[in-house]
Amino acid sequence: MVQPIIDIQSISKCFGDLTVLDNLSFQVAPGEKLALIGPSGSGKTTILRVLMTLETLTSGHVLIEDEQLWHMERGGKLVDADETHLHKMRNSIGMVFQHFNLFPHKTVLENVTLALRLVRGVAKKQADERALELLDLVGLADKRDQKPASLSGGQKQRVAIARALALEPKIMLFDEVTSALDPELVDEVLNVMRRLGEETDMTMLLVTHEMGFARDFADRVLFFDKGRIIESGPPEQIFTDPQEERTRTFLRKVLSAGVSRAESAAVAI
Amino acid sequence: MQHWFGYLQLIFEGALLTAQLTVLGCALALFMAIIAGLARMSKVKAISIAATCYIEFFRGTSIFVQLFWAYFVLPLVGIPVSPFLAGVLALGLNVGAYGAEVVRGAVQSIDKGQSEAALALNLTPYQRMRHVILPQAFVIMLPTFGNNAIELLKGTAVVSLISLADMTFQSQVVRAQTGSTAIPFLTILILYFMMAMVISRGIRALERHLSDGLDVTK
Repeated sequence: MVQPIIDIQSISKCFGDLTVLDNLSFQVAPGEKLALIGPSGSGKTTILRVLMTLETLTSGHVLIEDEQLWHMERGGKLVDADETHLHKMRNSIGMVFQHFNLFPHKTVLENVTLALRLVRGVAKKQADERALELLDLVGLADKRDQKPASLSGGQKQRVAIARALALEPKIMLFDEVTSALDPELVDEVLNVMRRLGEETDMTMLLVTHEMGFARDFADRVLFFDKGRIIESGPPEQIFTDPQEERTRTFLRKVLSAGVSRAESAAVAI
Repeated sequence: MQHWFGYLQLIFEGALLTAQLTVLGCALALFMAIIAGLARMSKVKAISIAATCYIEFFRGTSIFVQLFWAYFVLPLVGIPVSPFLAGVLALGLNVGAYGAEVVRGAVQSIDKGQSEAALALNLTPYQRMRHVILPQAFVIMLPTFGNNAIELLKGTAVVSLISLADMTFQSQVVRAQTGSTAIPFLTILILYFMMAMVISRGIRALERHLSDGLDVTK
């Protein structure tokens, strides 16, 4: 494997007695599209939150481009990172959330320009131009002056993707980005992600319940259960020939649920 | 009837002072409310304790006592204070203490996803508060701030006790000189009411203007 862009070294995360991440290690290559699947509560979202520095670690280390994320060197020793270090590290990471979390008091355009202006200090005119390019990419340039409240869920999520792209992160984290959407709005968001996968060399980690999309899109799939990686491999292998019993059970459940949902949708039509 | 014009003018001059006290008192109260409300949520223990002390002290003692302290006691320790400044200080600090709790409640009511999204965009803690949290929280604070401002307006009457010629003070003067209670007090009744109306209408308009796109009851 080439030099990994993300190197996760035996990380654990506990909330009180509950162990959410249990001594996990894995690496991600630059440009890799990685799908994290597994039952809810298996720790996959927590990994994204740890990478985005929204959740601290109980133990272990995370390296981003060979540099400690949660630690820094001081006097030859590794100490907990301070806000300045985290601020620097966050520069290469972006995240899209399940519930969009758009800023409701700002227009679509302002949502996308905010970080450019505040974090990068880009002038308003240039920031607007850049934001319009990104909105164009997600097909929403015509909504620039609207407030998020007037958009559909799928449109909100596409704006959220444009917003996260504004700082051109090398690593993009997608946390169940279609889970809160009505079924008919899922595709417009997945199409944007597909396009990003084709047109950029961003490293993308996605936590998803869309097994079909994970199968098409990902270079590699990690199956999680109870804070551990049970199985990992290319999507064809995980989805057609899983080695572990737990993976098989999980896939049987979600795939049959997916089929029955598709069937009921067909009946409804 | 003619002589009433002179007396009414006196009351109007008092009304002007009442309005000045209200505006400056509200400005100080707003400032203190935001500073103390945010300080109370600080992770730095000393800061949050200082804010709690301020809030509890000014909520737990009467504004009357605070005013007398500001006016009579501060000069004794070498801080000369004009009656007007004492009035603004007492009113602003008192109402600011109530407002601080409103600020804290409103900030804490903003969905956690908002500050997480702002952090994911690498905004600094200050930028997250200033550009993402406070603009949304402010809309939630407004109705209660409106009530507080009206309380402050009505509270200005206590300054007449340290010889400031606000409109309550002036109507007492008119009452003493004319022997009529009904006319001066009916006048200030109407004036207080009109000023309170201006405040509540202004707050409403501001609320409508700022809540565009936000999920708050209009």
